[in-house]
Amino acid sequence: MKHDATEAWVTGQLAVHLLAVDPGGLGGLHLRARAGPVRTAFLDALPVGLKTARKIGANVQDTQLFGGIDISATLAAGQVVRSHGLLSEPVPLMLTMAERCPPGLAARLAQAMDAGRQQALILMDEGCDEDETAPATLTERLAFHVNLDGLRPVDLAEMALAPDEISAAQACLPGVTVSDDMLALMVVTAARFGIDSLRAPLLALAAARAHAALSGRPEVEEDDAQIAAQLVFAHRATLLPQEEEDAAQEPDEDTSADPEDSSKDQQTEEPDVESEEGGQNIPQDMLIEAVKAFLPPEILSALSQKSKGGGKGSGGAGQRRKGNRRGRPLPSRPGKLDGSSRIDIVATLRAAAPWQMLRRAQTPDRAGLLIRPSDIHVRRYQEMSDRLIIFAVDASGSSAMARLSEAKGAIELMLAEAYARRDHVALIAFRGEQADLILPPTRSLVQTKRRLSGLPGGGGTPLAAGLQASAELARRVMGQGLSPALALLTDGRANVPLPGRTGRAAATEDAEIMAGLVRRLNIPAAVVDTSVRPRPELSKLAGLMGARYVPLPRADAQGLSRAIGAAIAD
Amino acid sequence: MRQPFPFSAIVGQEAMKQAMVLTAVDPGIGGVLVFGDRGTGKSTAVRALAALLPPISVLAGSSTNAASAEDQPDWADPLPGDIHDIPTPVIDLPLGASEDRVVGALDIERALTRGEKAFEPGLLARANRGYLYIDEVNLLEDHIVDLLLDVAQSGENVIEREGLSIRHDARFVLVGSGNPEEGELRPQLLDRFGLSVEVRSPTDIPERVEVIRRRAAFDTNPQAFLDKWNPEDAKIRDQILTARAALPKVATSDKTLHDCAELCVALGSDGLRGELTLLRTARALAAYQGDAEVTRTHMRAVAPMALSHRLRRDPLDEAGSSTRVMRAVEDVFA
Repeated sequence: MKHDATEAWVTGQLAVHLLAVDPGGLGGLHLRARAGPVRTAFLDALPVGLKTARKIGANVQDTQLFGGIDISATLAAGQVVRSHGLLSEPVPLMLTMAERCPPGLAARLAQAMDAGRQQALILMDEGCDEDETAPATLTERLAFHVNLDGLRPVDLAEMALAPDEISAAQACLPGVTVSDDMLALMVVTAARFGIDSLRAPLLALAAARAHAALSGRPEVEEDDAQIAAQLVFAHRATLLPQEEEDAAQEPDEDTSADPEDSSKDQQTEEPDVESEEGGQNIPQDMLIEAVKAFLPPEILSALSQKSKGGGKGSGGAGQRRKGNRRGRPLPSRPGKLDGSSRIDIVATLRAAAPWQMLRRAQTPDRAGLLIRPSDIHVRRYQEMSDRLIIFAVDASGSSAMARLSEAKGAIELMLAEAYARRDHVALIAFRGEQADLILPPTRSLVQTKRRLSGLPGGGGTPLAAGLQASAELARRVMGQGLSPALALLTDGRANVPLPGRTGRAAATEDAEIMAGLVRRLNIPAAVVDTSVRPRPELSKLAGLMGARYVPLPRADAQGLSRAIGAAIAD
Repeated sequence: MRQPFPFSAIVGQEAMKQAMVLTAVDPGIGGVLVFGDRGTGKSTAVRALAALLPPISVLAGSSTNAASAEDQPDWADPLPGDIHDIPTPVIDLPLGASEDRVVGALDIERALTRGEKAFEPGLLARANRGYLYIDEVNLLEDHIVDLLLDVAQSGENVIEREGLSIRHDARFVLVGSGNPEEGELRPQLLDRFGLSVEVRSPTDIPERVEVIRRRAAFDTNPQAFLDKWNPEDAKIRDQILTARAALPKVATSDKTLHDCAELCVALGSDGLRGELTLLRTARALAAYQGDAEVTRTHMRAVAPMALSHRLRRDPLDEAGSSTRVMRAVEDVFA
């Protein structure tokens, strides 16, 4: 697998040129890069047709997108002045800070694209970690993904096409034909990489046609298909085609902790792939090899670790909306501006508007808009923050598997009631040496079920690590406007300290320090003792955490969910 | 605006297509919820549906699609009273639409220029007697959901704000689509949808190839493609119209009513809406297939889509809700 920096650059350049040829068919480009000289150079090298792109931000207003009444111009002119919406203008759009794009805007742009807007959309994504990325609603509809991270300015290479080459390609694009075999080949290749969406092969076909047009060929040939598959499929792949044993084996080494899991995944996927092979056999390997060479290295390792579903499910828009529910807007009310409230300009104008004629008649000599204090409306929000219940579950060997399955049941039960209670749920499991975030904060029952079914058990009890991970998660979500609550389910004493220390005493000490950390967060918490005989150590730990101690030697999932609900209710 | 992809050219997804056709036969069934992965043709099917629906006659210029001068709300400007046919409206409700846009608000344009206090109708008014489509319905803001629940129940939009006190008809069929991985739908909203179907990407390669082949043909030459498929669409449209006419004559025996009730009791679905929807849908299916009476075959065919979203959620049952419905159907009809 080769992945050198210059190649990433050249691929990106190729992608934008194809995009310039067929912006309508290809949708656009998801450009993931931090601001810097490389990105600037990339944007400078955009073909002429895309350079005129209009920039919009995540906070763009509806009136800017769809057009509407230009209020200030209307007031100044005394007659209605309408503004044109950007979506109705024939210009490419560039969405900056796309990783912060709210779902509402993403939905509107997606709707415009579905309605046949024949212009490109470029998403400028500056997200730094994996979860922080542009909304899937949009990336799904864009053919290309270019990642410039890690490129240095010296890696850049010139690849400019003359503008007339692009317009020539545009002219012959409608005449480019695709053979039926080639079409089937694209679909099969997409399926072998585990790409469920049928938009992907369509976009790849469009890319192949654009490439053929650019090369002046009347029909899509293998070269075109190969390049199109590389550009469109590589970043969408969710699994590796199976018969390549060496490629799949190699990254398996780092997941040796749970060999059962990964082998199970492979088994479930294999029959699928094999049944798909029937019929076509000759050239698809060529396409598959081509795409494989382009798979970004981090995707390769991620693919072999995750099951097919896990990769796809991560980062739904539901999770990514940060702090968007911090206040639900209420209708604005007439009120005084006392410094603490914000004026609602539109509502104020609305209140004043019907009176303009009357007031003008009373005071004919005053110019401009006649606004009285009684017109002023102030904004109001209703604070209603969602609760996140963090389950920290002891999955060690001493916790019998039965306890673990009850914990799973309790989580699913609580989530089932989650919508009414506005709760999110997260699950941290600790065992062996470390704690893992098994289920990131979510309200999705589907995702929870999937993640929970793969929860492993066995090993020591790293209570300190579990508490630390819980505290970190709690602090993080507080910043996102959620109110966390912690439910710790364990049956015993800490016997694994934080990394770098050894011994049972150190383990207890570390756990107590971490309990203090949790206490300082000042969140509702409960320690559920699931051992057969209640243990004084856990009661003490609960005290240190400022948590309730709930001994529950025998409880089914329902009992557990009730007890936890009651303990962290305040 | 580009012509939508023809409904009859959609490959597979039979449950989704059937659910949409049945709501067209009897709008009283009350809407469809389509849940499934991205890129499975959810939005394509909804937009294609618009072309399939028979036109409605409305008062020319009416902002609420009033059928006659009597139905025209009193706050609106008087109209000459011509009646003309328009395509059944299918209105998109985008995520993040403001309350003003949904229910309507003071008409700023007229207030500013003419100093008149007038009402500017919102999306609910435009969707009256038609369809209201919400993509990613599970991500809709809570306060918009609250509004919709109320209006969908009463069939009337009441606006009491900004000195306006206005009401107008808002009877529409809700069509929602979404991806269940991104969040759950509130049970109250779930219940407002008559039917629910789950769609998956086809796993069969020849079927996938056919999907792409048709879509590529449509993209390269839309007109030729439409010419080819329009007769098929027209066939479905005629069938819908015939079914609408036949619907009142479809007989329902006491035994069928008994079956309905027994099935809903066996499934423990909340309220009576389940029975009513199941019966209406089965009748619509009978009418669409040209049968004179509702039989168990019809009920069996529509039970999953009419009932699967009304079950009490049992998180410990791994089987999907459609499977649970089918299981109950087999038990009851045994």
